[in-house]
Amino acid sequence: MTLFYFFGAIAVAASLLVIAQHNPMYSVLLLIASFGALSGLYVLLDAPFVAVIQIIVYAGAIMVLFLFVVMLLNAPKEDTEEARLRGLVAPGVTNVGILLALALVAELGWALTRNGGESGAFPGGAVTSVAAIGRLLFGEYAFPFEVTSILILVAMVGAVVLARRERDPRRSHVK
Amino acid sequence: MPTLNDYLVLSAILFTIGTAGVFVRRNLITILLSIEIMLNAVNLTFVAFGRALGSADGQVIVFFVMTVAAAEAAVGLAIVIALFRHKESLNPDSFTGLKW
Repeated sequence: MTLFYFFGAIAVAASLLVIAQHNPMYSVLLLIASFGALSGLYVLLDAPFVAVIQIIVYAGAIMVLFLFVVMLLNAPKEDTEEARLRGLVAPGVTNVGILLALALVAELGWALTRNGGESGAFPGGAVTSVAAIGRLLFGEYAFPFEVTSILILVAMVGAVVLARRERDPRRSHVK
Repeated sequence: MPTLNDYLVLSAILFTIGTAGVFVRRNLITILLSIEIMLNAVNLTFVAFGRALGSADGQVIVFFVMTVAAAEAAVGLAIVIALFRHKESLNPDSFTGLKW
Protein backbone atom coordinates (compact mmCIF):
# COMPACT_ATOMS: atom_id res chain seq x y z
CA MET A 1 0.00 0.00 0.00
CA THR A 2 2.68 2.43 0.98
CA LEU A 3 4.72 1.31 -2.02
CA PHE A 4 1.80 2.09 -4.31
CA TYR A 5 1.58 5.65 -3.01
CA PHE A 6 5.35 6.00 -3.12
CA PHE A 7 5.61 5.01 -6.79
CA GLY A 8 2.44 6.83 -7.69
CA ALA A 9 3.69 10.06 -6.12
CA ILE A 10 6.99 9.77 -7.99
CA ALA A 11 5.24 9.11 -11.27
CA VAL A 12 2.85 12.04 -10.90
CA ALA A 13 5.50 14.46 -9.62
CA ALA A 14 7.98 13.55 -12.35
CA SER A 15 5.31 13.82 -15.06
CA LEU A 16 4.28 17.23 -13.78
CA LEU A 17 7.89 18.39 -13.83
CA VAL A 18 8.25 17.09 -17.42
CA ILE A 19 5.52 19.54 -18.35
CA ALA A 20 6.94 22.36 -16.22
CA GLN A 21 10.59 22.18 -17.36
CA HIS A 22 12.00 24.66 -19.83
CA ASN A 23 14.93 22.53 -20.85
CA PRO A 24 13.88 19.49 -22.92
CA MET A 25 16.92 17.64 -21.62
CA TYR A 26 15.58 17.74 -18.06
CA SER A 27 12.16 16.80 -19.37
CA VAL A 28 13.51 13.63 -20.93
CA LEU A 29 15.42 12.67 -17.79
CA LEU A 30 12.41 13.30 -15.57
CA LEU A 31 10.26 11.21 -17.88
CA ILE A 32 12.72 8.36 -17.44
CA ALA A 33 12.23 8.71 -13.65
CA SER A 34 8.50 8.60 -14.18
CA PHE A 35 8.83 5.43 -16.25
CA GLY A 36 10.93 3.88 -13.52
CA ALA A 37 8.19 4.53 -10.98
CA LEU A 38 5.63 3.05 -13.38
CA SER A 39 7.82 0.00 -13.70
CA GLY A 40 7.65 -0.36 -9.92
CA LEU A 41 3.88 -0.19 -10.13
CA TYR A 42 3.91 -2.98 -12.71
CA VAL A 43 5.89 -5.08 -10.26
CA LEU A 44 3.25 -4.40 -7.62
CA LEU A 45 0.65 -5.55 -10.15
CA ASP A 46 2.45 -8.90 -10.56
CA ALA A 47 3.51 -8.12 -14.12
CA PRO A 48 7.30 -8.52 -14.08
CA PHE A 49 7.53 -8.94 -17.86
CA VAL A 50 5.92 -5.57 -18.47
CA ALA A 51 8.04 -4.01 -15.73
CA VAL A 52 11.22 -5.24 -17.39
CA ILE A 53 10.36 -4.19 -20.93
CA GLN A 54 9.18 -0.86 -19.56
CA ILE A 55 12.71 -0.20 -18.38
CA ILE A 56 14.58 -1.84 -21.25
CA VAL A 57 12.47 -0.65 -24.17
CA TYR A 58 11.00 2.60 -22.87
CA ALA A 59 13.66 4.03 -20.60
CA GLY A 60 16.50 2.30 -22.43
CA ALA A 61 15.62 2.69 -26.08
CA ILE A 62 12.87 5.19 -26.74
CA MET A 63 14.03 7.78 -24.22
CA VAL A 64 17.62 7.49 -25.42
CA LEU A 65 16.32 8.19 -28.91
CA PHE A 66 14.70 11.34 -27.52
CA LEU A 67 17.94 12.28 -25.79
CA PHE A 68 19.83 11.84 -29.04
CA VAL A 69 17.49 14.20 -30.84
CA VAL A 70 17.53 16.78 -28.03
CA MET A 71 21.32 16.82 -28.12
CA LEU A 72 21.44 16.74 -31.91
CA LEU A 73 19.19 19.76 -32.26
CA ASN A 74 21.08 21.57 -29.51
CA ALA A 75 17.67 22.50 -28.14
CA PRO A 76 17.10 26.21 -28.51
CA LYS A 77 15.51 28.13 -25.66
CA GLU A 78 11.90 27.24 -26.01
CA ASP A 79 10.16 30.54 -25.40
CA THR A 80 10.60 33.36 -22.98
CA GLU A 81 8.89 33.43 -19.63
CA GLU A 82 6.50 36.22 -20.48
CA ALA A 83 5.54 34.54 -23.73
CA ARG A 84 4.64 31.43 -21.79
CA LEU A 85 2.66 33.39 -19.22
CA ARG A 86 0.91 35.34 -21.92
CA GLY A 87 -0.12 32.08 -23.52
CA LEU A 88 -1.48 30.85 -20.21
CA VAL A 89 -3.33 34.02 -19.26
CA ALA A 90 -4.57 35.40 -22.55
CA PRO A 91 -7.84 34.00 -23.85
CA GLY A 92 -7.25 31.74 -26.76
CA VAL A 93 -6.64 28.20 -27.83
CA THR A 94 -4.43 27.44 -24.83
CA ASN A 95 -7.13 28.39 -22.36
CA VAL A 96 -9.55 26.13 -24.14
CA GLY A 97 -7.01 23.35 -23.75
CA ILE A 98 -6.66 24.00 -20.01
CA LEU A 99 -10.41 24.10 -19.57
CA LEU A 100 -10.75 20.88 -21.54
CA ALA A 101 -8.16 19.18 -19.37
CA LEU A 102 -9.83 20.43 -16.17
CA ALA A 103 -13.20 19.26 -17.40
CA LEU A 104 -11.67 15.87 -18.17
CA VAL A 105 -10.34 15.66 -14.61
CA ALA A 106 -13.66 16.68 -13.11
CA GLU A 107 -15.53 14.18 -15.23
CA LEU A 108 -13.13 11.39 -14.41
CA GLY A 109 -13.36 12.15 -10.71
CA TRP A 110 -17.11 12.13 -10.87
CA ALA A 111 -17.23 8.89 -12.83
CA LEU A 112 -14.81 7.18 -10.49
CA THR A 113 -16.38 8.31 -7.20
CA ARG A 114 -20.02 7.98 -8.18
CA ASN A 115 -20.39 4.38 -7.08
CA GLY A 116 -17.13 4.08 -5.23
CA GLY A 117 -16.28 0.95 -3.35
CA GLU A 118 -18.02 -1.30 -5.84
CA SER A 119 -14.84 -2.79 -7.30
CA GLY A 120 -12.92 -3.90 -4.26
CA ALA A 121 -9.47 -5.31 -3.89
CA PHE A 122 -7.92 -7.45 -6.58
CA PRO A 123 -8.95 -11.08 -6.62
CA GLY A 124 -6.28 -13.71 -6.92
CA GLY A 125 -5.15 -15.42 -10.09
CA ALA A 126 -2.64 -13.01 -11.59
CA VAL A 127 -0.69 -14.18 -14.63
CA THR A 128 2.94 -13.61 -13.75
CA SER A 129 4.54 -16.24 -15.96
CA VAL A 130 6.46 -14.91 -18.94
CA ALA A 131 5.93 -18.26 -20.66
CA ALA A 132 2.18 -17.75 -20.57
CA ILE A 133 2.56 -14.32 -22.20
CA GLY A 134 4.86 -15.75 -24.85
CA ARG A 135 2.43 -18.54 -25.62
CA LEU A 136 -0.37 -16.02 -25.97
CA LEU A 137 1.79 -13.75 -28.14
CA PHE A 138 2.71 -16.49 -30.59
CA GLY A 139 -0.63 -18.27 -30.45
CA GLU A 140 -3.72 -16.17 -30.22
CA TYR A 141 -1.94 -12.91 -31.07
CA ALA A 142 0.36 -14.28 -33.78
CA PHE A 143 -1.17 -12.22 -36.58
CA PRO A 144 -1.01 -8.86 -34.73
CA PHE A 145 2.53 -9.75 -33.78
CA GLU A 146 3.52 -10.18 -37.43
CA VAL A 147 1.73 -6.99 -38.40
CA THR A 148 3.75 -5.26 -35.70
CA SER A 149 6.96 -6.32 -37.41
CA ILE A 150 5.78 -4.73 -40.65
CA LEU A 151 4.87 -1.58 -38.70
CA ILE A 152 8.39 -1.39 -37.30
CA LEU A 153 9.86 -1.84 -40.78
CA VAL A 154 7.67 0.93 -42.19
CA ALA A 155 8.55 3.22 -39.27
CA MET A 156 12.24 2.53 -39.78
CA VAL A 157 12.13 3.31 -43.49
CA GLY A 158 9.96 6.35 -42.83
CA ALA A 159 12.32 7.72 -40.21
CA VAL A 160 15.33 7.27 -42.49
CA VAL A 161 13.58 8.95 -45.42
CA LEU A 162 12.24 11.84 -43.33
CA ALA A 163 15.45 12.63 -41.50
CA ARG A 164 17.68 12.27 -44.55
CA ARG A 165 19.48 15.41 -45.53
CA GLU A 166 18.56 16.53 -49.00
CA ARG A 167 21.42 16.09 -51.40
CA ASP A 168 23.27 19.23 -52.25
CA PRO A 169 22.41 20.01 -55.90
CA ARG A 170 25.96 21.21 -56.62
CA ARG A 171 27.35 17.88 -55.59
CA SER A 172 24.79 15.66 -57.23
CA HIS A 173 26.51 15.58 -60.64
CA VAL A 174 29.85 14.77 -59.07
CA LYS A 175 28.53 11.60 -57.50
CA MET B 1 -3.86 -3.30 -0.55
CA PRO B 2 -4.57 -0.67 -3.22
CA THR B 3 -7.69 -1.41 -5.18
CA LEU B 4 -8.28 -1.34 -8.90
CA ASN B 5 -9.83 2.09 -8.44
CA ASP B 6 -6.58 3.48 -7.07
CA TYR B 7 -4.68 2.36 -10.15
CA LEU B 8 -7.34 3.75 -12.45
CA VAL B 9 -7.28 7.12 -10.68
CA LEU B 10 -3.49 7.25 -10.91
CA SER B 11 -3.69 6.38 -14.59
CA ALA B 12 -6.30 9.09 -15.15
CA ILE B 13 -4.09 11.66 -13.39
CA LEU B 14 -1.12 10.73 -15.58
CA PHE B 15 -3.24 10.87 -18.72
CA THR B 16 -4.50 14.31 -17.75
CA ILE B 17 -0.96 15.54 -17.17
CA GLY B 18 -0.04 14.31 -20.64
CA THR B 19 -3.07 15.98 -22.20
CA ALA B 20 -2.31 19.27 -20.44
CA GLY B 21 1.28 19.03 -21.68
CA VAL B 22 0.17 18.69 -25.29
CA PHE B 23 -2.06 21.72 -25.01
CA VAL B 24 0.11 23.99 -22.87
CA ARG B 25 3.67 23.43 -24.06
CA ARG B 26 5.08 25.10 -27.15
CA ASN B 27 7.97 22.75 -27.84
CA LEU B 28 7.63 19.88 -30.28
CA ILE B 29 9.85 17.55 -28.25
CA THR B 30 7.96 18.18 -25.03
CA ILE B 31 4.71 17.56 -26.86
CA LEU B 32 6.03 14.18 -28.02
CA LEU B 33 7.06 13.44 -24.41
CA SER B 34 3.55 14.30 -23.25
CA ILE B 35 2.18 11.80 -25.76
CA GLU B 36 4.49 9.20 -24.23
CA ILE B 37 3.06 10.03 -20.78
CA MET B 38 -0.44 9.44 -22.13
CA LEU B 39 0.56 6.10 -23.69
CA ASN B 40 2.03 5.01 -20.37
CA ALA B 41 -1.10 5.98 -18.47
CA VAL B 42 -3.07 3.75 -20.82
CA ASN B 43 -0.55 0.95 -20.31
CA LEU B 44 -1.08 1.17 -16.55
CA THR B 45 -4.81 0.80 -17.08
CA PHE B 46 -4.29 -2.28 -19.26
CA VAL B 47 -2.06 -3.98 -16.72
CA ALA B 48 -4.35 -3.11 -13.79
CA PHE B 49 -7.40 -4.50 -15.57
CA GLY B 50 -5.50 -7.57 -16.68
CA ARG B 51 -4.52 -8.16 -13.08
CA ALA B 52 -8.09 -7.63 -11.87
CA LEU B 53 -9.50 -10.02 -14.48
CA GLY B 54 -6.76 -12.60 -13.99
CA SER B 55 -5.77 -12.67 -17.65
CA ALA B 56 -2.49 -12.07 -19.49
CA ASP B 57 -4.19 -10.27 -22.39
CA GLY B 58 -3.57 -6.89 -20.81
CA GLN B 59 0.17 -7.45 -20.72
CA VAL B 60 0.18 -8.59 -24.35
CA ILE B 61 -1.65 -5.41 -25.36
CA VAL B 62 0.93 -3.37 -23.44
CA PHE B 63 3.60 -5.07 -25.55
CA PHE B 64 1.85 -3.88 -28.71
CA VAL B 65 1.33 -0.38 -27.33
CA MET B 66 5.06 -0.13 -26.61
CA THR B 67 5.84 -1.21 -30.18
CA VAL B 68 3.53 1.44 -31.58
CA ALA B 69 5.06 3.99 -29.20
CA ALA B 70 8.54 3.14 -30.47
CA ALA B 71 7.43 3.51 -34.09
CA GLU B 72 5.67 6.76 -33.27
CA ALA B 73 8.72 8.14 -31.48
CA ALA B 74 11.03 7.23 -34.38
CA VAL B 75 8.84 8.80 -37.07
CA GLY B 76 7.87 11.76 -34.89
CA LEU B 77 11.46 12.60 -34.05
CA ALA B 78 12.44 12.27 -37.71
CA ILE B 79 9.72 14.78 -38.56
CA VAL B 80 10.96 17.07 -35.77
CA ILE B 81 14.48 16.92 -37.18
CA ALA B 82 13.23 17.69 -40.69
CA LEU B 83 11.11 20.60 -39.40
CA PHE B 84 14.00 21.98 -37.36
CA ARG B 85 16.23 21.91 -40.42
CA HIS B 86 13.58 23.78 -42.33
CA LYS B 87 12.77 26.57 -39.85
CA GLU B 88 15.45 26.41 -37.12
CA SER B 89 12.67 26.35 -34.54
CA LEU B 90 10.84 23.84 -32.38
CA ASN B 91 7.83 26.02 -31.71
CA PRO B 92 4.74 24.51 -33.31
CA ASP B 93 3.45 28.02 -33.93
CA SER B 94 6.20 28.50 -36.55
CA PHE B 95 4.79 25.71 -38.67
CA THR B 96 1.59 27.22 -39.91
CA GLY B 97 2.33 26.98 -43.61
CA LEU B 98 -0.76 24.88 -44.23
CA LYS B 99 -3.08 27.31 -42.46
CA TRP B 100 -5.41 29.23 -44.70
